[in-house]
Amino acid sequence: MSIQFKSILELREMLDTKVISSEELIQETFQLASRFKSLNCFVTMNEEASIQKAAQIDQSGNSKSTLSGIPLGQKDLFCTEGLRTTCSSKMLFNFIPPYSATAVTNLESAGSITIGKTNMDEFAMGSSNETSYFGNVHNPWKKGFVPGGSSGGSAAAVAAGIIPAATGTDTGGSIRQPAAHCGITGIKPTYGRVSRWGMIAFASSLDQAGPLARTAEDCAILLNIMSGHDPKDTTSLDVENNDLTQSLNNSLKGLKFGIVKEFNLGDLDSEVQKRFESSKALYESLGAEFMEISLPNISASVPTYYSIAPAECSSNLSRFDGIKFGHRTEHPKDLTDLYIKSRSEGFGDEVKRRILIGTYALSAGYYDAYYKKAQQVRRLIKNDFENAFNSVDLIMTPTSPSTAFGFGTKGSQNPVELYLEDLFTISANLAGLPAISIPHGTVNSLPVGLQLIGNFLREDQILNAAHLFQKNSEFHLMKPNMEDFE
Amino acid sequence: MTWETVIGLEAHVQLSTKTKLFSRASTTFGQSPNTNVNLIDCGLPGVLPSVNKEAFYKAIRFGMAVGSQINQTSIFDRKNYFYPDLPKGYQITQMDLPIVLGGTIDIETDEGNKKTINITRAHLEEDAGKSIHDEFAGYSAIDLNRAGTPLLEIVSEPEISNAKEAVAYMKALHRLVTFLDVSDGNMSQGSLRCDANVSIRKVGDSKLGTRTEIKNINSFRFIEKAINFEIKRQIKQLEKGETVTQETRLYDSIKDETRPMRSKEFANDYRYFPEPDLLPVVISDKEMQDIRDNFPELPRDKELRFESEFGLTGYDSKILASSKSMADFFESSAKESKNYPLLANWLIGEISAFLNKDLIEIDESKLTPTNLAMLINRIDDQTISGKIAKSIFEEMYLNGKTPDEIIDSQGLQQISDDDEIEKIINAVIENNPTQVEGYKNGKDKLFGFFVGQVMKETQGKANPQVVNELLKKKLS
Repeated sequence: MSIQFKSILELREMLDTKVISSEELIQETFQLASRFKSLNCFVTMNEEASIQKAAQIDQSGNSKSTLSGIPLGQKDLFCTEGLRTTCSSKMLFNFIPPYSATAVTNLESAGSITIGKTNMDEFAMGSSNETSYFGNVHNPWKKGFVPGGSSGGSAAAVAAGIIPAATGTDTGGSIRQPAAHCGITGIKPTYGRVSRWGMIAFASSLDQAGPLARTAEDCAILLNIMSGHDPKDTTSLDVENNDLTQSLNNSLKGLKFGIVKEFNLGDLDSEVQKRFESSKALYESLGAEFMEISLPNISASVPTYYSIAPAECSSNLSRFDGIKFGHRTEHPKDLTDLYIKSRSEGFGDEVKRRILIGTYALSAGYYDAYYKKAQQVRRLIKNDFENAFNSVDLIMTPTSPSTAFGFGTKGSQNPVELYLEDLFTISANLAGLPAISIPHGTVNSLPVGLQLIGNFLREDQILNAAHLFQKNSEFHLMKPNMEDFE
Repeated sequence: MTWETVIGLEAHVQLSTKTKLFSRASTTFGQSPNTNVNLIDCGLPGVLPSVNKEAFYKAIRFGMAVGSQINQTSIFDRKNYFYPDLPKGYQITQMDLPIVLGGTIDIETDEGNKKTINITRAHLEEDAGKSIHDEFAGYSAIDLNRAGTPLLEIVSEPEISNAKEAVAYMKALHRLVTFLDVSDGNMSQGSLRCDANVSIRKVGDSKLGTRTEIKNINSFRFIEKAINFEIKRQIKQLEKGETVTQETRLYDSIKDETRPMRSKEFANDYRYFPEPDLLPVVISDKEMQDIRDNFPELPRDKELRFESEFGLTGYDSKILASSKSMADFFESSAKESKNYPLLANWLIGEISAFLNKDLIEIDESKLTPTNLAMLINRIDDQTISGKIAKSIFEEMYLNGKTPDEIIDSQGLQQISDDDEIEKIINAVIENNPTQVEGYKNGKDKLFGFFVGQVMKETQGKANPQVVNELLKKKLS
């Protein structure tokens, strides 16, 4: 029985019934990865250690943990002790961290096996995975098309059925948008739900880790393990983490869904609209009620985001200076030359662009007009959501305005065109709210995603709604034809 | 033309916490390079800071002592600039909402008047590492042991009028932070240093002149010299009809002059913004109460207690209580020797003279409270005379030996035995008939001569009281 396209729970069943051993599972996973190498979804493989761990699990007998022996990919910005971590940048081409991210440690302690590091937009800056130093990742649904970004490698590897799940990070949509473009499920938790310790920062106040998987149920299982207060991250929330799998089958009867007036869904592609309408109908059939809500400041979310995120990134990326780790230029003339050349050579264009934008937004004389103003608008957007959640339980939007697009077709002339990819996803980051993307059909043979935004710390509600959607539809079971990638 | 000087000081006080401000690495001074360093201190990708509350408690203690407003919610900001010993490319500091706002420090001016200097603010920040340029040919090295050490930057209003006042201010600050156990105050290790903002204006002008900032001065003596040099330099400049350039300068103690730093080293736009990796730090009312309940004794309270508890004079108490290390030394010694006035006398007189000569604090010397108490006890029980005690002390001071060791090895015990002293006196009288004659004829002053002779014979070891008594008897 092939392991391709299997969910975590399906693989668990195969392991528990001894249809397959852990070691066989891991070996087959590596075979799949090498068979579909042309997708380019991995930057670094972790074969030897993975097989070793699997053998140990086989020897020690079956573990009680659901994740025991399950192969996972880690986005290449989670530090993994002893395993190269590049952020898909030339800057960290040779960086081997001496420690692991808390999210990774949590998953590995639960028995999962990190089979490799997944490709991504450089330092998570991008919406198409085209900014990676290690090259483009193909969308498994169509060769030459982007998987979305920045967690493009994770999404493609899961969509291709190589691994049942992978970690991602989401600063403005980097889990949800690639999940949507690749036809899988991905959740960005409430800001602070998952520790950021060991996650190489893009924009500290927006970054949040989460899982990408084949089902909402698998996402719940993974998020249970990844979450938790971490004293090493003071922004991680010290709250009780209820078992998210317990509420997956709660009835949706009477649950109120909000549709955002300001998103003008009528302007979208008619097929994307059609998908949205039929999903709405499905939820209504499950007992949900819909109402229109207003988020008056939402139109400012993209410019707000593109002031705050680059500002934080310009500072976060200052440590990459060629002095201590990462790329250092050869034969610098002096210290300034060493800085300039190391950084010019080490960073790609998009990263440089954002460092420049951010440096500008923070500089004397502009701080008030850009960074400070953006923080004020961010507060307004947060307030808009707070008001909206007084009358609804969930907010439903498309994940992305369109489907995946061809390499080099968006943003090469005007980067803002690509920034608009994040229109529907960015506000959840600005407000720190949990949001999930689930597949709900295809348009022109490419998957489209549905986004559910939940109230603060209400991952349980969006996972519940996503799970019942998947129980009552088959969109999450769609598989791409992988012939082109063999 | 009469000129007037305006000085504002930014003092950097290294807080005496066991671990760093944002990591649990040790702050111990003088370890091998890069050993007090963990993942956070070297700014590895993915690491995050977490706050050491102990640093806040110390900062608050300082704030309470100088009557400041304490911001129970304070936030950290990032100050961005590139330097090899700044591992993250930014320093975490406090900009808009510092922990301490306002407050005052009193100093005594040269004329003996009290002057109150207002404090603008005091904020917490992390120290940088150290660049070493002279140890490896062709390379610069970096030691990150100091990176992340907590500093309290205390900013004064520009209300200091001359170099002497600046020194008095720094000394008052030193006394305060050591008494409060906020810092060890060790200037040679950089625990207390300051930047001085100096400007000159015509007497009567309301507008401040252009200022220069002298960076990183780390001794009282250099503060005075650097500021005096800078004042003279600026006046000379202005009197030539030239202007003062606003710039950052360094004091060179060898040439005794200030020089501009290369402009590149400070021409920065620091792009301050709130540190997104840290939530605002909130100090609860209970924490505030705990700090108040465990407040260390301040100099004035110590002074009064020394008077009442040890029966010292107001003068002695004030001097002993003016230095934390001296006061602590006194109290430790007083546990083992009950002659408190004599103990105080020694500390204020002989011992202070030696310390001043060597420019060290008592806790940096080889003296121990136990040894001093032993010395006082030997004077008290008449094993040695006060005069012999001084020579014993000198040896204690130089090599750290105990008084008993020195007394035993050199046979310095005082001779108090009547018979023994009488024998010597008899011999002295016999050998000096002329003087005996003179004394008996009313030359009272000659008594001193006889005492001297007896002391000479006994190498100063004879108990002077016994000698006096016996001589009077014999000569009458």
